[in-house]
Amino acid sequence: MGSSLGQPNFISVLFFVIFVILTLGITYWAAKKTKTSSEFYAAGRSITGFQNGLALSGDFMSAASFLGISGMVALKGYDGIIYAVGWLVGWPALMFLLAEPLRNLGKYTFADVLAFRLKQKPIRIVASIGGILVTITYSIAQIVGSGKLINLMFGLPYELAVVIVGGVMLLYVLFGGMIATTWVQIIKACLLLFGVTLLVILSLAQFGFNLENLFSAVETKFGRTALEPGGFASSPIDSISLGLALMFGLLGLPHILMRFYTVPDAKEARKSVAYATTFIGYFYIIIPIVGFASAVLIGREQIAGIDKGGNMAAALLAELLGGTPFLGFIAAVAFATILAVVAGLTLAAASTISHDLYFNVFTEGKATENEQVSVAKKATVVFSIVSILLGILFKDQNVAFMVGLAFAIAASGNFPALFLSIVWKNFSTVGGVFSILIGSVSATLFIIFSPTVWVDVFKFDQAIFPLKNPAIVSMSLAFASAFIFSKLFPDENATAKFESEKVRVYLGIGAE
Amino acid sequence: MKIKAHQLIESIEFKKLVRTRWTVSFVLLFFLFLNYYGFILIIALKKEWVTEKLGTGNYGLYAGASVILFSWLLTFLYVFWANRYYDQEVEVLKSKLESETK
Repeated sequence: MGSSLGQPNFISVLFFVIFVILTLGITYWAAKKTKTSSEFYAAGRSITGFQNGLALSGDFMSAASFLGISGMVALKGYDGIIYAVGWLVGWPALMFLLAEPLRNLGKYTFADVLAFRLKQKPIRIVASIGGILVTITYSIAQIVGSGKLINLMFGLPYELAVVIVGGVMLLYVLFGGMIATTWVQIIKACLLLFGVTLLVILSLAQFGFNLENLFSAVETKFGRTALEPGGFASSPIDSISLGLALMFGLLGLPHILMRFYTVPDAKEARKSVAYATTFIGYFYIIIPIVGFASAVLIGREQIAGIDKGGNMAAALLAELLGGTPFLGFIAAVAFATILAVVAGLTLAAASTISHDLYFNVFTEGKATENEQVSVAKKATVVFSIVSILLGILFKDQNVAFMVGLAFAIAASGNFPALFLSIVWKNFSTVGGVFSILIGSVSATLFIIFSPTVWVDVFKFDQAIFPLKNPAIVSMSLAFASAFIFSKLFPDENATAKFESEKVRVYLGIGAE
Repeated sequence: MKIKAHQLIESIEFKKLVRTRWTVSFVLLFFLFLNYYGFILIIALKKEWVTEKLGTGNYGLYAGASVILFSWLLTFLYVFWANRYYDQEVEVLKSKLESETK
């Protein structure tokens, strides 16, 4: 089958340019509204639950979910579905454990929650380290992915693609802040859901709108095993550990957590998770159909021939079913997806630097609104440049482990401290500091010593740490150290303030 | 009768509210774990359960989608409970609180 993938395709460029112009128009509109720090970091708390639900799904459905999972199902069959399921289950947990307390306690970043009753300086410094580690590893993975993707889809050079992504994302965040970033996410989420739905409808049309026919076509072509779990879950501990990282990683991702501050109250925060779970659940239920259909209609060799990881399965399927215009549309959606996710990450990093480090630690809360916004903008520029440079530096690396690392650090460094500060009266500053440090450092070290890096990247024979994802161990270490250090170094002040924290967490009194 | 925040925290109603909130959360979380880790463990340990035929597909294909659907259902159960019960209780407690607290 001939494919126009990899050639500069007029229609896909056109779709992409339309998307960028439209979203930059929104940024221009948002720029006029973005003056105070609350508008810059939290969109003036004016986003509705429904809008925020869409924006949350936009933040979460990265290109890895869209292209990666459809590709995995195409090449490996059932194992891709296990992944898809794992990506959703964090959302209910986020709802049960964190959504409302987070909204009621914080102002702009997740560190606000920790700093509510613990000592400001130490806790904000370590929370920033954890937060920035997560955002930087996650954005490098996205940026490297985007470079490769653009390379494959449009035939543009890798470096140019990275600079385009970095540059446009910088404009969104710099001028429009959270308002623009939110609307970029909303548009992107709608485009993505629409594109995938269309792709599924067109695919099913080939099989008489009957899933059974699709399954039997898969079976005829690849045998029964394509519909059955393969080597993915060979080690139960490994799968549980990965599951923990996927589930609780979500509860520690700074760019997701900061979305809860854009809605006016806890009720809207709750609604936004409900909407997000609906959109994301729908997406992960239908995405395997894209994978199976592309395996049948295009063939595994052809998909793997263009990209070893199968990332082009959805794009090839779009071209087959809808011709070049549909390919162009899907390519533009994929590009927009990466752009939007990276913009969200950049904003989260900028907020951490300006709000936690500059405003609360460095000037001890004495900076004016203008100074804060100005520092946030400078931080945006620096973070963007650093991620573009690292994206170019990591060009030929396999970045899958970086996503794993981001989730492992989020689950072990950020989540335990965040959760304990809400529920545990005797949680102390020292306990918090050590929980974050030990959680993030152990997660990072274990990933380096794991088969994914030690064997696959460094080419050693034997991994020092046996699990592919360390969450089960590093999360336990983080909880244990929080407990031990809180017992050893109690914090009377923190215990005393637990009462006023409770009024705020449960009743929302005093929440901004 | 209006009371202070400190008294409110100590009141039976407030303690009950907090306890119910976390009971609901942890019961739902327990079902979420059962649902998801059950799925993972069945695939890892009892693969033959999911490879059994169901039409031209098999149980596993529909189980994946069911795990997602069930998780979604749990989320909505929480929202339903929170809107029906939790928010109402919060309003009652808030109205008892003296306005002088910040």
